[in-house]
Amino acid sequence: MTRGLPTSREAWLGAATVAVLLALPAVLTSYAVTVFILIFFYGYLGQAWNVLGGYGGQLSAGHAAFVGVGAYSTTLLSMHWGLSPWIGMLVGGVLAAGLGAIIGGLGFRFGLRGFYFVLLTVAFAEVCRIVALNTDALGGALGLYITFTGDPWQLQFQDNRAYYYLALTLMLLATGVVALVERSRLGAYLLAIREDEDAAEALGVDTFRCKLAAIVLSAFLTGLGGAFYANYLFSLQPNAVFGIPLSVDVIIRPVVGGAGTLVGPLLGSLILSPLAEVTRIYFTRPGWAGFHLVIYGVLLIGIVLFLPRGAYPHLRRAWTRRRPDA
Amino acid sequence: MDVTLIAQGLVSGILFGGVYSLMAVGLTLIFGVMRVVNFAHGDMMVWGMYVSWLLATRLGVDPTLGFAVSAAALFMFGVIVQCSLVDRIQDAPHEMQILLLLGVALVLENTALVAFGPDPQRVRSSLAQATLWIGPVFVDMARLVAFAVALALTCLLWLFLQRTDLGRTMRATADNPYGALVVGTDVRRVYAVAFGIGAACVGAAGALVSPILPFSPSAGLAASVTSFNIVIIGGLGSLPGAFAGGLLVSVAESLGAVFLSPSMKELVSFGLLIAILLFRPTGLFGRRA
Repeated sequence: MTRGLPTSREAWLGAATVAVLLALPAVLTSYAVTVFILIFFYGYLGQAWNVLGGYGGQLSAGHAAFVGVGAYSTTLLSMHWGLSPWIGMLVGGVLAAGLGAIIGGLGFRFGLRGFYFVLLTVAFAEVCRIVALNTDALGGALGLYITFTGDPWQLQFQDNRAYYYLALTLMLLATGVVALVERSRLGAYLLAIREDEDAAEALGVDTFRCKLAAIVLSAFLTGLGGAFYANYLFSLQPNAVFGIPLSVDVIIRPVVGGAGTLVGPLLGSLILSPLAEVTRIYFTRPGWAGFHLVIYGVLLIGIVLFLPRGAYPHLRRAWTRRRPDA
Repeated sequence: MDVTLIAQGLVSGILFGGVYSLMAVGLTLIFGVMRVVNFAHGDMMVWGMYVSWLLATRLGVDPTLGFAVSAAALFMFGVIVQCSLVDRIQDAPHEMQILLLLGVALVLENTALVAFGPDPQRVRSSLAQATLWIGPVFVDMARLVAFAVALALTCLLWLFLQRTDLGRTMRATADNPYGALVVGTDVRRVYAVAFGIGAACVGAAGALVSPILPFSPSAGLAASVTSFNIVIIGGLGSLPGAFAGGLLVSVAESLGAVFLSPSMKELVSFGLLIAILLFRPTGLFGRRA
């Protein structure tokens, strides 16, 4: 079972991994550090999505909306009022959570499930994108650009390794939060809703409040991620931060790794983020643009057909089979 | 507000609506029969456009005739996707089906990108230049032809479903797959044909649009999302709903472009979608599940 306290060996393994990750930048090249930042960042977003999509079984295909709201509000607060992104990201997270509450409040109140909920999330993300594209105060189609000052108080760092540690912290934090949710009453209710919503309701679970709590938490965490995105890339374009491709990027990692498990999103990001980066670099030669996404698509099809529960359950089974004392 | 402008918006909206309807009819057929949402729908449409473009540029076939080839090619593709991929996850959870078809969409979009490059293309058609004036309102011939062909194809599909044995079997399978299996229907064959026809509809729609709008490989996602909007607005699984929804969304977008601004027109259809989802999730023509 994935629930319950980790065995002591799992705890050791986790601690050892964290220790290695903390020490790693000392020996990595700058480019390898960048790849790890992407692994952590997408692992973080996947973990945030996991609360709602993995544990709660409510498939959101519009998580880009929360990334975008977090990114835009942090940046605008910093540009117009000089508010430090360290504080601004919390505001962004709260605003994203507010949007999550609106989407969830409307969608779950009206009993939208399955495909209908997927479309509601897509529609809200697209509305955000179109509004951002057409609002001059939000930079319109050109988007927003952040001037680089290298001031740590502005969440800007000269050294790539600072971003490494920041992204790692975010990922570990989200994993800690999800671990707490997994062990809480809410986590158990969410699993019950995912497996059979009507049965859960019949047993007295307040499914509306549980799903609402899940989407608010998920949106808050994703919004924080948006602030990191803005201050790592220094530019925001509506099509990139609010677009469906980003939402797909958020979903695909937990699904490949194993949705509804604590390790799944991280494992998925560890597999896919370097793969995306390597294929992207390798196939940027003229005439091959887009080929990496063909590989991505084939991989996605393969995962669905052959590993429908993601990679983690298989890995875990192989692990326990090897050590039957577990 | 200028009345001519509104009349112009209405006419263009209705004429373009035929293509929207045909896209949505394909999607709703696939959903109605198999309960699978085709997330690769828009990308199939883009391939319909490129087949039409290849025919026009390499062989000089006008898209007004080339749509049949696009439809045939997409029919075969649909049958292959159904038999080799979708059939295996017929009973899997919704999210798995969605992800599988997202995978197909990614492959289709980016194969087109590798094959044809990112630059927008447009098919030159002898008809596309012609226009017809009704008073102050002009009618684009390419749109008129697209509308007529789309309407004819939808009617043909309707007759097929109502009057032929295979069509009746298809409707029976949609109503109750288990019952159909019990009375000896080859359900897998029906599924393959249904997916093929759905893909053929959107392929034909793509070919019909190809002389009207410039297109590029990345257009698929937006087309998918538009098809979803229409189908939800009309009622998932309802053929008349998809047809009416296509006209409604097209007119709404066209008038939205007149009253707001061209770049805001999508906002109108998303607003419509959100309203429908909240107040009448079964759609205008949908049945209660």
